[in-house]
Amino acid sequence: MEPLLELKDLSVKYFTSDGTVEAVNGISLQVDRGETLGLVGETGAGKTTAALSILRLLPDPPGKIVGGDIRFQGESLLEKTEKEMRAIRGGQISMIFQDPMTALNPVIRVGEQIAEVILLHDKISKAEAERRALEMLELVGIPAERGSEYPHQFSGGMKQRVVIAIALACSPALLLADEPTTALDVTIQAQVLELINQLQEKLHTATILITHDLGVVAETCSKVAVMYAGEIMESGSLADLFDRAAHPYTVGLFQSIPSLEEDVDLLRPIPGLMPDPTALPQGCKFHPRCPYADERCRTVQPPVEELSPGHLVKCLRFCGGAEQAQEE
Amino acid sequence: MNAILEVRNLKKNFDIPGGTLHAVDQISFTLAKGKTLGVVGESGCGKSTLGRILVGLLDATDGQIIFQGRDITRVKKAQRKALRREMQMIFQDPLSSLDPRLCTMELIAEPLEIFKVCPTRAELEQRVRELMDMVGISEHMMYAYPHELDGGRRQRIGIARALALDPAFLVCDEPVSALDVSIQAQVLNLLRELQRARGLTYLFITHDLSVVKHISDDILVMYMGQMVEEASSKELFRTPMHPYTQGLLSAIPVPNIHHKRRRVIMEGEITSPVNLKPGCRFAARCPHACNRCRQEQPALLELEPGHFVACHLALELRGDAAAYENTAQ
Repeated sequence: MEPLLELKDLSVKYFTSDGTVEAVNGISLQVDRGETLGLVGETGAGKTTAALSILRLLPDPPGKIVGGDIRFQGESLLEKTEKEMRAIRGGQISMIFQDPMTALNPVIRVGEQIAEVILLHDKISKAEAERRALEMLELVGIPAERGSEYPHQFSGGMKQRVVIAIALACSPALLLADEPTTALDVTIQAQVLELINQLQEKLHTATILITHDLGVVAETCSKVAVMYAGEIMESGSLADLFDRAAHPYTVGLFQSIPSLEEDVDLLRPIPGLMPDPTALPQGCKFHPRCPYADERCRTVQPPVEELSPGHLVKCLRFCGGAEQAQEE
Repeated sequence: MNAILEVRNLKKNFDIPGGTLHAVDQISFTLAKGKTLGVVGESGCGKSTLGRILVGLLDATDGQIIFQGRDITRVKKAQRKALRREMQMIFQDPLSSLDPRLCTMELIAEPLEIFKVCPTRAELEQRVRELMDMVGISEHMMYAYPHELDGGRRQRIGIARALALDPAFLVCDEPVSALDVSIQAQVLNLLRELQRARGLTYLFITHDLSVVKHISDDILVMYMGQMVEEASSKELFRTPMHPYTQGLLSAIPVPNIHHKRRRVIMEGEITSPVNLKPGCRFAARCPHACNRCRQEQPALLELEPGHFVACHLALELRGDAAAYENTAQ
């Protein structure tokens, strides 16, 4: 079966006066209908740029898709006209942004903000759109009578629920959620994640969940892709990544998180810093911080190796099979 | 116990349009020298206000702060300045807490100059170099400005500034929250190594429960300005007794796909502690609340040695806590 969304060797660059930022460098991934993919990485890894490219919302200039293709339901999104894209955005693909405070219009009642997106995509009367907007509010756990209130009358968690209602109002096939709970407190985060999980089951929406929190991934996703310096370093099923993490960066990420289950004296952080995206290192992008890096890593771009069906890793240690690496 | 800091019934009220906000209400604890007390809670629970009162950035409405055996709740300006050599603060966001027009050298030298610690320019530079070396900033960044540095290095400058006068006590207000996880681990290790080498005492404020468990000896849980539970870090995570703590712990997403547990999803949200009604402040969100909880404020009681809980039902719920523990493992 054809995947719902397929990124093929996608590359995005920002051409700025300080140099060319290589934000996304040849990433390939697939999302099937109804599935949740976790896109994990630290600040500047290129996660948000990848998501904005899918919606063709990159700020241009300076951002440009310089290579590869984005295929959605079998068609290339890069060949769509702006008018066609407007029908797709919010209709078939929608996005939840990190900060609900800035995603809502402060001077429009929340009910109207939800009705707005419905009116834009469906040919129905205003009254009908408003009725559906209130249904959406109930669906995300907000009493319908609050539809006539303004965003400032809602708390952070409630605002994020409104944003989710807007994103799901037209039953999109794909939802891009960019750090949807990062700005929220942990008990509110638990409520919102639970809500996203429930709605997904109900509406069969496929989701790309962008996050830096591996805990959130463990609880909501079925597949994971780990990004570093604009590349997908490792991807696979939840079990592949959490039980059989292969790439030294993925392993380093796990070791950096203080554990709730065991006590350690000192953490084992990844040494060094993220590379400057205007001057990425030669060879493997991770080699300056990698404990296993050798001469080859400095010059050779590691190819993508399939360790087991669906478990892909981009590291020279695993070229020629995982067995060899484990023997070392 | 060699107590460096003792806080008794500390209170801070803010007058706001519409009433009085009880930001910090009846907080008491004792902090031993060389130890770390973690303060956890969600936005608006009063944890940062508590930290700011301790270092004198805010005045307490009521209560007592005893630091190194001396009552410092209300001190004159000159004494407050002298106290700054002993207690310092590390702030959450190094970009907004560092002057953008000063370079690394000037930023770290600033406290040394204010207290005229180094008589000559050469000694000053020598001391700044030592501090930079201590927090792990390489020398070629001496003349870099904050915007030229990454978040981790900026926070290292914040730490160097706080340590410049060799204080005994540090309030760390969310020092790693703005950092990426790999950098966060570097800074947490640095804080622990410095504590060990210099016998520092920390009050560590954070909303991140895995960070607080890692760094703290004891943990104080705050809710709407009050302490709801205090225990050693191990004890609190093993047997949380207050329903709020239990809910908080079960809400943390754990990066382990085999970790199956009973999740308590807390209904509702935190409201502001303004014009309070009688009763337990958590009652509105508590899954166990009974009539007594809505009428009578629970006192903070020591239910196990060193384990304090403010809940009418804590003893009855202990069976539940044991069940929680079993599912968590």
